[in-house]
Amino acid sequence: MSDTTRAIPDRLRSPLDQRIKSWETLLLAVAIAIFITNSFMSPFFLNAWNLSDMTFNFTEKAMIAFAMALLIISGEIDLSVASIIALASTAMGAAVQIGVGTPGLVLIGLTVGLLCGAFNGFLVTRMGLPSIVVTIGTMSLFRGISYIVLGDQAFRGYPPDFAFFGQGYVFWVISFELALFAVLAVIYYVVLHRTNFGRAVYAIGNNPVAAEFSGIRVARVKFILFLLTGLMSGIAAICLTSRLGSTRPSIAFGWELEIVTMVVLGGVSILGGSGSIPGVVIAAFVMGLVTFGLGLLNVPGIVMSIVIGALLIGVIALPRLWERWRLQAAKR
Amino acid sequence: MARQDLMSREVLLTGAIVLLLGIIASRFPAFVAPSNLVSVFNDTAPLILLAIGQMIVILTRCIDLSVAANLALTGMVVAMVNVAMPGLPVPVIIALAISCGALLGMFNGVLVWQLAIPPIVVTLGTMTIFRGTIFLLSEGRWINAHQLSDAFKGFPRAAFLGLPVMTWITLAVVLLFVVVMTRTTLGRAFYAAGGNPHAATYAGINVGRTQFWAFTICGALAGLAGYLWVSRFAVAFVDLARGFELTVVAACVIGGVAIMGGRGTVLGAMLGALFLGIISNALPVVNISPFWQLAISGSAIIIAVALNASANRKEGRIILKRAEQAT
Repeated sequence: MSDTTRAIPDRLRSPLDQRIKSWETLLLAVAIAIFITNSFMSPFFLNAWNLSDMTFNFTEKAMIAFAMALLIISGEIDLSVASIIALASTAMGAAVQIGVGTPGLVLIGLTVGLLCGAFNGFLVTRMGLPSIVVTIGTMSLFRGISYIVLGDQAFRGYPPDFAFFGQGYVFWVISFELALFAVLAVIYYVVLHRTNFGRAVYAIGNNPVAAEFSGIRVARVKFILFLLTGLMSGIAAICLTSRLGSTRPSIAFGWELEIVTMVVLGGVSILGGSGSIPGVVIAAFVMGLVTFGLGLLNVPGIVMSIVIGALLIGVIALPRLWERWRLQAAKR
Repeated sequence: MARQDLMSREVLLTGAIVLLLGIIASRFPAFVAPSNLVSVFNDTAPLILLAIGQMIVILTRCIDLSVAANLALTGMVVAMVNVAMPGLPVPVIIALAISCGALLGMFNGVLVWQLAIPPIVVTLGTMTIFRGTIFLLSEGRWINAHQLSDAFKGFPRAAFLGLPVMTWITLAVVLLFVVVMTRTTLGRAFYAAGGNPHAATYAGINVGRTQFWAFTICGALAGLAGYLWVSRFAVAFVDLARGFELTVVAACVIGGVAIMGGRGTVLGAMLGALFLGIISNALPVVNISPFWQLAISGSAIIIAVALNASANRKEGRIILKRAEQAT
């Protein structure tokens, strides 16, 4: 991306050196620094239950962020995820009104998510439309349908056992959502970093034409990624609806940008082709820790967003400024 | 050839708008009364201003998601200046709004130009930073009508030759940018930088600096729209125009601006904005719940982008790709 020419090194960097200077390590350092600062700033921070509560800040967003990471690595983007949550939640809420039980609700949430993902995938891969515009359109469309159905009303009355997904605990302070987050993180790690499919995703992001010539079915891989993103949004919709216990059409409003922020903060290149799941996991914790720590200090949510925004630009700008300064110093 | 295509897009959109107005008029003739059409245009004015700015940014293969936050921040700044110094004349306020918006735009531009950070990342970040700054400045309080001076509130509504000043300002901006985009080297540079950055570089155009100016112009227009919005509705608060950035992108897409850069016109952006403005103004009139608006504009975006894509397929740039695939 930058036009500066780099000297070709005469030997490979050692694996240890690579690991120390990697994005993930930098981010982990930031996360630990925030953690330590928080524990000094607030006496309530180091408490297992408080920390467990903290994870609710990011688990649902992070589930979508995993699929979004793959999608962005492949060079596409999906801005409609939050609206898919709204539509899936509305569909579940409507089903409750006619007496559908918990298994049915879960099925409906997942199906709506998949259908929305398929719709996006169809428009992008079959019609060849740019994903950023398509998903801005479907973002309005999906949430728009929720507004048509609900208006200024809300769906309530979810069955008691449905509450488990958003409020239940698997073991001690480990919530169901946190456990699901961990399981999904492992699955996505394996898929992206250990399978042919993951290789294909990177290949497509780096050079779609070359990928096509290497025998990768680019359109099909991208379609699957849109499906996955829709599915994850459906899962997030189940968790969030269960946690809130009600559905309004404004549910999860603005999450798409927070999720993209999380993915980019995690070191995924917005231009496609690079990024990792561990990075996204750490970024999720960083965002959760910042929000929670400042919350304990009674800092309003909107101010936290400044910190997140500055973090997003800062973590990308600082290494580049550093590089530029070093180049200038070397010239002198 | 390309020029004809562009013309046909604008003709198509004008036709769609006329058709839309015709359908509404068949049941509610009062909607197309000149006075009402002026008020619809007036309501859409901020969207038109933002869409023109956004179009220029998109032309250079960038995107600015911070426009709505810029509008709200500038609006809050001028409102607070007005509260602190009620005597300050309106032209000074407008100059302040434009420079404040331009400065915020420059901040985006510098990050994109000098550090080569992808524009979508930069403006996602600055969007939240600007919003947060409004909160820090205002401490979360609203600035309401009674706190603002009469001159501040009255200026955009004042009638001049039968039309509100806000409409005149918007028309002047449209005219100015039609000239800038079609008759100046800077305008050509915007198209060149987005149409083919490599060719533009060889032609002696500094692509990064062109993008910087695009962000600056977009910011300045957002600043102007910020003053107009706050003075017209006589209120400034943190969440002003939240989510509006995507409506602005939608207006551009409907107006035939190609998201991959290099294609689009000021007239198209204005028509795209008007299309959305007419829908949002007409829904309550034709007795459809305003809750339909989001879904309708969403469908309009998808249809428009499908049309854009089929128009672009005829274009020369694609030939190369086809040749690549053939080998």
